[in-house]
Amino acid sequence: MIPAHEVVERALAAASRGDGVVVVVDETARSHLRWSGDAATSAGHVLDRRVHVAVVTAGGTAGVVSASGALDVTAVRGLVADAAAAARRSGAEAGAAPLVAADRPPSPDWHDPPVVAPPGALGRLAAEVATAARRAAARGRVLHGYAEHEVRTTLLGTTTGLRLRHVRPTALVDLTGRDDRLGASSWASAEVDDPAGLDLAGLLADVDRRLDLSARRVRARPGRHEVLLPPSCAADLMRHLYQAAGARDAHAGRGAFGGKLGTRLSGLPLTLRSDPVEPGVACEPFVVARASGADTAVSDNGLALRPTSWISDGVLTALVHTRASADRAGVAVTPRVGNLVLDGPPGGRSTTELVESTADGLLLTSLWYLREVDPRTLRLTGLTRDGVHLVRDGEVVAAVDDFRFDESPLHLLDRVTEVGRTTPAPARERDDEERTRTAMPPLRVADFAVAGPAA
Amino acid sequence: MDLAFLSLPLRALADAALDRARGPGVRHAAVQVVRTRRAHVLLNDGHTTASTDTERTALSVRLVTTRGRGFAATSRLTPEAAADAADRAWEVARACAPLGVDAPFAAEPVHDDAVWVSAYEVNPLDVPEEDRAAVLAGWSAELLASPHVSSVLAKFTAVQEDRFYADLAGTTTTQQQVRVHPQVLVAGAHPRTGVVEALRSEGPPTARGWEYAGGAGWDWAGEVAAMPERLAAKLRARPVEPGRYDLVVDASNLWLTVHETVGHATELDRALGHEVSYAGTTFATPDLLGSLRYGSDLMTVTADRTTPHGMATTGYDDEGVAAQSWSLVEGGVLTGFQTDRGTAAVIGADRSTGCAYAESSSHEPLARMPNVSLAPSPTPCRTEDLVAGVDDGVYLAGSAGWSIDSRRENFQFTAQRCHRVRAGRLAEPLSGVAYQWSTREFWRSLAGLGDASTVTSFGADLCGKGRPAQAAATSHAVPSALFRGVPVRHVGGAG
Repeated sequence: MIPAHEVVERALAAASRGDGVVVVVDETARSHLRWSGDAATSAGHVLDRRVHVAVVTAGGTAGVVSASGALDVTAVRGLVADAAAAARRSGAEAGAAPLVAADRPPSPDWHDPPVVAPPGALGRLAAEVATAARRAAARGRVLHGYAEHEVRTTLLGTTTGLRLRHVRPTALVDLTGRDDRLGASSWASAEVDDPAGLDLAGLLADVDRRLDLSARRVRARPGRHEVLLPPSCAADLMRHLYQAAGARDAHAGRGAFGGKLGTRLSGLPLTLRSDPVEPGVACEPFVVARASGADTAVSDNGLALRPTSWISDGVLTALVHTRASADRAGVAVTPRVGNLVLDGPPGGRSTTELVESTADGLLLTSLWYLREVDPRTLRLTGLTRDGVHLVRDGEVVAAVDDFRFDESPLHLLDRVTEVGRTTPAPARERDDEERTRTAMPPLRVADFAVAGPAA
Repeated sequence: MDLAFLSLPLRALADAALDRARGPGVRHAAVQVVRTRRAHVLLNDGHTTASTDTERTALSVRLVTTRGRGFAATSRLTPEAAADAADRAWEVARACAPLGVDAPFAAEPVHDDAVWVSAYEVNPLDVPEEDRAAVLAGWSAELLASPHVSSVLAKFTAVQEDRFYADLAGTTTTQQQVRVHPQVLVAGAHPRTGVVEALRSEGPPTARGWEYAGGAGWDWAGEVAAMPERLAAKLRARPVEPGRYDLVVDASNLWLTVHETVGHATELDRALGHEVSYAGTTFATPDLLGSLRYGSDLMTVTADRTTPHGMATTGYDDEGVAAQSWSLVEGGVLTGFQTDRGTAAVIGADRSTGCAYAESSSHEPLARMPNVSLAPSPTPCRTEDLVAGVDDGVYLAGSAGWSIDSRRENFQFTAQRCHRVRAGRLAEPLSGVAYQWSTREFWRSLAGLGDASTVTSFGADLCGKGRPAQAAATSHAVPSALFRGVPVRHVGGAG
């Protein structure tokens, strides 16, 4: 099989005069394990190569062709020809910017082979899960979960001379515990770079503790409550906010962000930011756009990503721009970055410490099936999942049934009354393709709207 | 069949993989090569702004043994890579052996060298993109000529899936399916308030060819012509007053409710806990088969992988099981589940219902939704007749937003178009209508069904499930229906 860097060079060499060509090669090695009780329900090891070729014409139109598999030289050239033909068919309004200039030397590891995750990478975890499942069964509980180890090596080359390489390793575990006698379930999750760093014991302890607190069950009164959102819940909500924060829609008057730049969204000094080298949630340090979208452009591929504050001290300070949209708006370009961090003032407390200072509130576990019901306000409907607990006078006193809620993450920020300590925390509803990594704090939110029972 | 796919060394790859997959305790070993071609073109106000073609080809090997299971995939299509994939599947099975219980696997007759191709006239991937874009541009121009329409987004997606499967038992299948999905989104602003509303076309994705864009299976000309006035109605719509209403739900909206509340709820792998940590579970469990009162006596739901043009229609599934049709709900009572060979064996079924499907060969097959359809009234009843039977209610058409809990019990759906029903007639347009209820209460409130003339096949071509998440396509043929006393909320927009 042709090495990935050679695929890039062969494709770039096939460019027609005057065309800009971008080639992105993703080499992925992924192990996964899914289990229910003491049995694996899925386990695999996948090696995949995908090649994306974008051609941008001098007229600013773009065409993209992608293929997977072991492409030979002829096939690689064919991709370039097909992308060029697609670009020439596109309308003149595409407005793609010229390709990013080669403002950096090639990545020093450009010629290195892809990093491979071995098929047995999750073997140790499988053994730990099996032991834990037997112990849980002895207590009348069933463990379900999913673990994954993926290493994605991305090579990006352009006819302007960029040669960039990035290796993104991730290892994650989702763990759900069920206790049918209590009619309760709980969930915990973690994502790290190396599967050796996965703390299954810690997640098990979290799940067990929440199940132990579910022996007594009461009904939540309908209406508005103070809620404590653990970091995972904040991640789901902020992910939706980030997804909707495209500048193009905002400038066209669509969506929730039109005319909002400079607006105070929170009375607290909240900061929502991205930084490709953020510890624990590091991501690609340059734009990798495998296709163009509402706020991504293939012509921006390779653009260096820098720390970006979307919300600073509670004020909306930036929207997601391509170079073309930033140019039109006359602002500095702020491309989408593959991570998202929410910070509060220094000295933030843990979720447990927030519980200890709560007089009357609901402690959530995770959020599920968030769907937009009003794009103008970014109002979402969704459900709590795998456990809600009633907190009285600093202690969890009972479990409460999961419920449906209606909230806008944009408007909710103004009802945040306390921001805890930020830690890496994956969202429950993940996008398996883009995988925006998140570091979030627990949040105390006033007047959270409980719309009705979940079941 | 696509000659480029057939020219791959499919049998040599299968031999190399299966020879290496043989081993002690193997209950099932299969090799699969899947190639998916996808062409997508997007027009903004009549101009092509995105054109993306993808082709994905990979090979997978799957093992089910008495000591566990393993799966491995590669995008290299050589006998050496196929053998290596088999070796890696064994390595995965050994690594996960602590969780490797002896799982049963339902038997299936051998289907030797079977070939199946979906029903279509013109392969849309053989149609030049200029022609596909030209149709969209024509629709866009017609829509932009209306004073109600300020912008038009039009897109066309064409998919061709070629699948080769061979297992140790001797089954070999070679199949091809073609799907298309044209879609139009129009937006306009209220002339006084400036508030922007959007309306999406209701024409569904379908397993047809290019002829679909010309009107075979859906009246695109009629829908495009109707969209400006429908958008205008949406712009002048008044917020719904929350309360309980009788709902007349058009097939264009009800299909998604069937998909979420019946389709997903009758997946046996959910009931067995396989999806607990992600997609979720279901209230419909095997112990309730034959006794669970799902809905009113009028409710009969069937599953199939055989209906022409259904997006879940196939000849054989990804475990070599021949396509079938069966009942899920009869007379309001739960009567069946959707299974693959592993889950079928768990409940002692003689045979899988043939629902195994993998999005690509980089994904392990799992039980995916077949076509799931609601039976119409056997006696004549038009949608207008259902409306005529409502004194004070709401009519909904077109699917929009949806949200449902992880047990498939509590849901919320919105619509593209809503009207108040007064004294048996459609009245003023409404905005922000959301019906939110529990699955069984909703289906028990089913009080009327349209006849076969109201049935249309809608569907989802990006239904997600599993970890790693994978997409599948499924169709739902449903009639219009009347539901009594359904809780309705206002959600501040059409969703």
